[in-house]
Amino acid sequence: MDTTTQQTTAPPAPGPAAPADKGTGRGATRPGDRIFLGLSRGSGIFVLVLMAAIASFLTYRASLAISKDEANFFTSFEWNPTGLPPEFGIAVLAFGTIVSSVIAMAIAVPISVGIALFITHYAPRRLGGLIAYVIDLLAAVPSIVYGLWGALVLVPHMDGLYGWLDDYLGWTGLFAWDGGPARSLLTVGILLALMILPIITNVSREVFRQVPRMHEEAALALGATRWEVIRMSVLPFGRSGVISASMLGLGRALGETMAVAMVLSPSFDITASLLDPGGGTFAQNIASKFNEATVMGQDALIASGMVLFVITLLVNGGARLIIARRKEYSGANA
Amino acid sequence: MSHATLSPKRDSLRGATLPKWFAWAVAAASLVLGYGISAAAGLDSDIQWALIAAVLFVVGSYALSSKIEGSRQAKDRTATSLVWVAFLLAVIPLASLLWETAERGVKVLDGYFLTHSMGVVADAEPGGGIYHAILGTLEQVGLATLVSVPIGVLTAIYLVEYGRGKLAKAVTFFVDVMTGIPSIVAGLFILSLWVLILKMGPSGFAGSLALSILMIPVVVRSTEEMLKLVPNELREASLALGVPKWRTILKVVLPTSVGGIITGVMLAIARITGETAPVLLLVWGTDFINANPFQDPQESLPMYIYLQWANSGGSGAAFDRAWAAALTLIAFIMILNLVARGIARWKAPR
Repeated sequence: MDTTTQQTTAPPAPGPAAPADKGTGRGATRPGDRIFLGLSRGSGIFVLVLMAAIASFLTYRASLAISKDEANFFTSFEWNPTGLPPEFGIAVLAFGTIVSSVIAMAIAVPISVGIALFITHYAPRRLGGLIAYVIDLLAAVPSIVYGLWGALVLVPHMDGLYGWLDDYLGWTGLFAWDGGPARSLLTVGILLALMILPIITNVSREVFRQVPRMHEEAALALGATRWEVIRMSVLPFGRSGVISASMLGLGRALGETMAVAMVLSPSFDITASLLDPGGGTFAQNIASKFNEATVMGQDALIASGMVLFVITLLVNGGARLIIARRKEYSGANA
Repeated sequence: MSHATLSPKRDSLRGATLPKWFAWAVAAASLVLGYGISAAAGLDSDIQWALIAAVLFVVGSYALSSKIEGSRQAKDRTATSLVWVAFLLAVIPLASLLWETAERGVKVLDGYFLTHSMGVVADAEPGGGIYHAILGTLEQVGLATLVSVPIGVLTAIYLVEYGRGKLAKAVTFFVDVMTGIPSIVAGLFILSLWVLILKMGPSGFAGSLALSILMIPVVVRSTEEMLKLVPNELREASLALGVPKWRTILKVVLPTSVGGIITGVMLAIARITGETAPVLLLVWGTDFINANPFQDPQESLPMYIYLQWANSGGSGAAFDRAWAAALTLIAFIMILNLVARGIARWKAPR
């Protein structure tokens, strides 16, 4: 409870973001002030402690499991943590998580950018506002509902597309289909794309809306078509925003649990075809294996959760860095 | 296609332009063609002929436009149609999601459904309801709110009113990081702490602790934004009158921004209400009414949907109940969202 934060001699920063420095530090000597500062600083510290606790507990349980693991944790295709000897690895899970997220991103990013452009530059103003509002609401639809819809509506409707892919692209091996239910990584990727679409659209829309009017009008005055305006002034301005939006969406796709668990029919091998059931993701594996797991099994699941945690940390951290850089950039231009 | 009707008007300054109905005409033509092709080829999926029509539309408008208007205009038209296609591609499944939930959900949704539990109802039989799930959701979300709102708001106050230097920077960074924690990882953390180390059984409270981890960063972020909007003049006026800083915050800053803070909290509640994964790990779910969130498994709405789906054995009755619960959940979240936005709009302009 010292008074160092009160005595900072930082120059009064402009803007509402930085309340003027209270200067003398006399305020902190009052008991009420001291208690209040203590409480609020305590909450801040609590958040840090919480993050540290999450990381250390997960690491601790994970290390218990990995130390007993007889197989290579990163390359093994087995998941048998209760066996003698226990053998488990995350190769299948990492593969499934990455493949489904990549499919989701490949579908969602172009479409989201398209919708964001539609809302900001193509649709009539009222319609655009309405669509933006609806997409905002869709971002709040819980993943369990996406999962239910995916399992009961999307999966039966995928047969046509799967048959078509098999007919024309089946020879690549990537799109070969044996005619079973469409509970595969491709369907999961499509469902994930739908789930992250609203998030990416919302953030991209905000960025596109901030494009300086002057840039667009200058391009229009030179006789550019609407597409040329977008290509020359809107997209370059919004690029970093779109990238960070996509990474936020990627973070959600990587960690998505229930929707994947309800749609995918999991197995512990990697199939060459995206259309055949099989594979798994980190989060899905935890949710579906958790029930029958012993303590050792739970520790193994925690170890895989730890890997997921690190991956999402890296992805989100990257997105934040890009956003932060952009903030400085646009601030300098303001 | 007669060129007379598409009559390119030529004058000295403007190039030829196509009439406004051109895009609609191409759209209609490609819909008809797409449907015709799929009917002829015996394709039975709606998705397929819609895709064929979309491709025909893009190709057709590019070809016609580049012939008459030139390549720059043609590219512009292609971009326009791609943007429209993107919009339609996304809207169809999302509309289907809402429509299917509403249509299938209303079948069994009535007063009985809302006021009874699944206590003596077998999974595959009709009957039963979601009373126990609603009770569990309200208790778990309520407890999570009680835990995370004070911590979240105080942290935001620290960041805006006091925070300088390394600690504030670290807190800001880690709040950002926390926003991205997958819900299943939050569940695993509480699991390792609560169940494996403290040896406590599953309970609603354990679930709400995990939900708090997801809620705190959202509350901090939104409250921070709101506090930053409070004009500095208000703080300075209060301090100049000799009011202590803590009373300034409590009596001037917080009341000014309370509308926005409530909005943020409600949006955060809407977000955690639909979380399933932590509940699955920590609360387990049950078919019986358990009003005590501190002991024994509880149900929650998302958990109910999952269990009805997973234990249905393909029975229509269980699916009906799952859809009805999904509709209830969506309605609850949408109402929270709408009310939150209403408050934001009502409180916003001063």
